[in-house]
Amino acid sequence: MIADGSSLAGSESSPRTPIVSLQRVTKTFSNATVALKDMTLDIGQGEFVSLLGPSGCGKSTALRIIAGLSGASGGRLVWPNERPGSRDHEISFVFQEPTLMPWATVFANVHLPLKLKGESAGQARGRVMEALEMVGLEGFADSYPRELSGGMKMRVSIARALVTKPKLLLMDEPFAALDEITRFRLNNDLLRLWEEFGWTVIFVTHSVFESVYLSNRIVVMAARPGRVVADLAVNAPYPRDETFRTSHAYSDHCRQASDALQAAMGGDDGQH
Amino acid sequence: MTANTDMSQRLDQADDTPPIDPAEARKARRARIDRVARWLLPVLVMLGTVGLWQWYVDAYNVPHYILPGPDRVVDALVKDWSTLWPALLITLQITLGALIIATVGGVGLAVLFAQSKWVEMSFFPYAVILQVTPVIVIAPLIFIYVPSKIVGLLICAWIVAFFPILSNTTLGLNSADHNLRNLFQLYGASRWQTLRYLRLPAALPYFLGGLKIAGGLSLIGAIVAEFVAGTGGLGSGLAFKILEASYRLNIPRMFAAILLISATGIIIFASLSILSHLMLRHWHESAIKRDT
Repeated sequence: MIADGSSLAGSESSPRTPIVSLQRVTKTFSNATVALKDMTLDIGQGEFVSLLGPSGCGKSTALRIIAGLSGASGGRLVWPNERPGSRDHEISFVFQEPTLMPWATVFANVHLPLKLKGESAGQARGRVMEALEMVGLEGFADSYPRELSGGMKMRVSIARALVTKPKLLLMDEPFAALDEITRFRLNNDLLRLWEEFGWTVIFVTHSVFESVYLSNRIVVMAARPGRVVADLAVNAPYPRDETFRTSHAYSDHCRQASDALQAAMGGDDGQH
Repeated sequence: MTANTDMSQRLDQADDTPPIDPAEARKARRARIDRVARWLLPVLVMLGTVGLWQWYVDAYNVPHYILPGPDRVVDALVKDWSTLWPALLITLQITLGALIIATVGGVGLAVLFAQSKWVEMSFFPYAVILQVTPVIVIAPLIFIYVPSKIVGLLICAWIVAFFPILSNTTLGLNSADHNLRNLFQLYGASRWQTLRYLRLPAALPYFLGGLKIAGGLSLIGAIVAEFVAGTGGLGSGLAFKILEASYRLNIPRMFAAILLISATGIIIFASLSILSHLMLRHWHESAIKRDT
């Protein structure tokens, strides 16, 4: 099931220098669980990569290591385009929950990353409103998170991630808790923004269908120990929409990814 | 891409609504009755109690130096106002002073504890010891060591009041959402920024809960300390008036002073509840009214 691992996917991305590369990254927790073992992965500029796998395969751990929220026990994380030792990687992170500050308005929540860099609300107003417009929430700047639906909260969370104009967007199962209708719409919005702004996305999911719909490359991972077992290209052209969701190409890719996932789980239909 | 369907719930309420069903109408009526009953019932119970009290005193000719009727208590309140009012002001000063010091001290210590686990481990047990030792047994010592009576009273009231603020604020500072902490870390927030923009706001509801308890406790602390400090010198508060009245068997004045202390406690609690509501009404579950 190991598909053409080396020939990197990406409909348009030529083999440029990767934005980030994991080299034999290993993570062992203090309780001796091996969350990741020798994970090697190059993320190309402008790619939309999904990390797909069952629970416990280390996909979230990998994301947290790339984000710098967690250290690696072994191996290296390399940012080829940056000065060595630079801490500022221009990344943003979207969590599974919206993770908004309930005491702050939508505007203040989106303003947060800029505020922490010392930009006042006045200076940042234009960029915050721009980010809110991207997700269609410009009319809700003064609302509080509790007044919004789950989907809208997630949009605020995405706006907050985009307000710093990141080069790399890390998303940890961001839509897993949403209903399917909202999830489909946010999928489309995310793709539209990605095509427009051309950042690189690493998207952690346990949904085969979501990963095929969104990404141009799917990295399938297996658990115990967490490792990469397949690297699939999804070379359907963008923009993708509902016709892609019902196409033969889509279902072929889904079957391919699904098979890889089954193989990754050792054929057992156990827990997802 | 619009937020239309997300908004549909809001619009439903704004648009012309179809007539509500009988069950909903019943619910609305019950809610209206509840609102009135919430203040009417306690008032009725109080009037009934006072009436019964008056009737009992009159019917059985209870001597007023044993149990005065409500009329005599009100009488004493009016007649002795010139001695009770200054005493009330003294007690209020001690209470509010102690509450302010307890707030500053409690929050300050909590922030200090939040900065360093070592400091918390070292000193939190002593805060607990201070809290569990009854103030009435420490107070005599304090009045021996502290020359000023007012300062002694403040220290006693502070000891009683600061712990709920310290313990609640410490809990609140440590209960900021861990994903939000990660987010602050990711954006390179400084320790101060994390405290100012994340941990303090997260601790606010806990702090306000502690403040409500501390408000009542600082009054109790002030009164207890006054009892211990006893007579003598300037600055005699309501507790001293009660002691004095009891020596003279002036029971109506005792009741009047107790009435003032209770009223003070109620006003402190109500003010802090309103403060809490105003600060939390936009976002915290405890301050939000829901339809269902």
